[in-house]
Amino acid sequence: MADSSLILNAAAIQRALIRIAHEIAERNESGQEVVLVGIQRGGVAIAERLAAALKEIWGFPVPIGKLDVTMHRDDLDRRLAPDVQPTVIPFDITSKTVVLVDDVLFKGRTTRAAMDALNDFGRPRRIQLAVLVDRGHRELPIKADFVGKNLPTSPTENVLVYLEEPGRQDEVLLEKP
Amino acid sequence: MSWNRKHLLDIQSLSPEEIITVLDTARAFKAVGERAIKKVPALRGKTVVNLFVEPSTRTRISFELSEQRLSADIINFTAEASSLKKGETLKDTARNLEALNADFIVIRHSASGAPHFLARVINASVINAGDGAHEHPTQALLDAFTIRERKGRIQGLNVTILGDILYSRVARSDIWALTKLGAKVTLCGPPTLVPREFEKMGCHVTYDVEDAIRDADIINLLRIQHERQRKTMFPSLGEYSSFFGLNKARLAKTKPDMLIMHPGPINRGVEIDSQIADCARSVILEQVTNGLAVRMAVLFLVNGGKGPQEVAG
Repeated sequence: MADSSLILNAAAIQRALIRIAHEIAERNESGQEVVLVGIQRGGVAIAERLAAALKEIWGFPVPIGKLDVTMHRDDLDRRLAPDVQPTVIPFDITSKTVVLVDDVLFKGRTTRAAMDALNDFGRPRRIQLAVLVDRGHRELPIKADFVGKNLPTSPTENVLVYLEEPGRQDEVLLEKP
Repeated sequence: MSWNRKHLLDIQSLSPEEIITVLDTARAFKAVGERAIKKVPALRGKTVVNLFVEPSTRTRISFELSEQRLSADIINFTAEASSLKKGETLKDTARNLEALNADFIVIRHSASGAPHFLARVINASVINAGDGAHEHPTQALLDAFTIRERKGRIQGLNVTILGDILYSRVARSDIWALTKLGAKVTLCGPPTLVPREFEKMGCHVTYDVEDAIRDADIINLLRIQHERQRKTMFPSLGEYSSFFGLNKARLAKTKPDMLIMHPGPINRGVEIDSQIADCARSVILEQVTNGLAVRMAVLFLVNGGKGPQEVAG
């Protein structure tokens, strides 16, 4: 049985997301050009929370999309074929500021795949990255613009994010092998 | 997620969960085909050989486009222009293709079991694009995908397959796929082309077309496969049409939400009246579109599972 410890509870997650929303608003003053794109699956619920918080701040709704990056991964022949979730980006991203949203930033390979995948939908003005947890161990030169929690980990540990899962309270756990 | 097969050889050996995995994956690939940029890099750097020993146009084109949309490199190999004509065996042909480091071989062959044979003698992934009168798995998967997309389910639906069952690999693959997913399959056509033997696959067999179409949610029409019939199996095409063709009078006796399917090529005026082929209840062209998504999904899935497992990051 793996041993796990609580990193963020529901209230701490919400505080972190509200703070990120304020940072996004501070960095992108007008807000009119900002769209959120959650990376399947973990990033989608977080993007929805951020969109709700940004609507409070700016007073207008922020477009939100979801992006599945599995078809752009660089490790497809090194693992079983992963589940493919729908990609839904119901707006044009050209000339927009796209805030990519994910739950955990680890090796950076998912983010790389996400940036490649976005290319197929248009040419954004800029891309920013928001993550709930940055656990380190980057394998690519990628850095998040907005971070909920910096969490030092060992590569063999597992970060588990539960957000809006049926029958479970929101929490972030660190699982030791 | 349940897919760890290296090949797609038939439907018979797939579990219902594996079929559902293909259908779910195909949904995401269908969305790729609807974008301005219809291409993803999932098979970048991989080589696919399309080994079509038996002539085919639509299936080969569908596979080719699917492979291109996955960014694979493609070699097309057809019987007319190949060393098979010069007496080379299938095994030697395949070994030669493998020496080119092909990662996938998509094979269409007139001999049942040819893909299974190939899968035993070479290392590449083998995808069956139709073998004799045995199976045509990607056709069955795209049929199931189309039914599920239009009806929201397959479980409990009445599916009637009407026409030449005996010589049809599509019929066999469809029967396996649809019965595994819980549909009730009825077969109908001239007795010479619809042997009672098929009841052993869990189907209802009837020779009364009115009985076959009355409660059908789906009618899947099959072409008469002249090229496979060694002798004439019924008196004339005109008689076939009047006994088993789908015409206006028969259409009026079906359920209002019944959908018409056909794997193509259609013979207008034989198994289906020309106007009916173009009516709103016909999903024949949707099948063609869905074929791309399903074939992309199959290539994507068999590409997985060939190396050490790694945690995604």
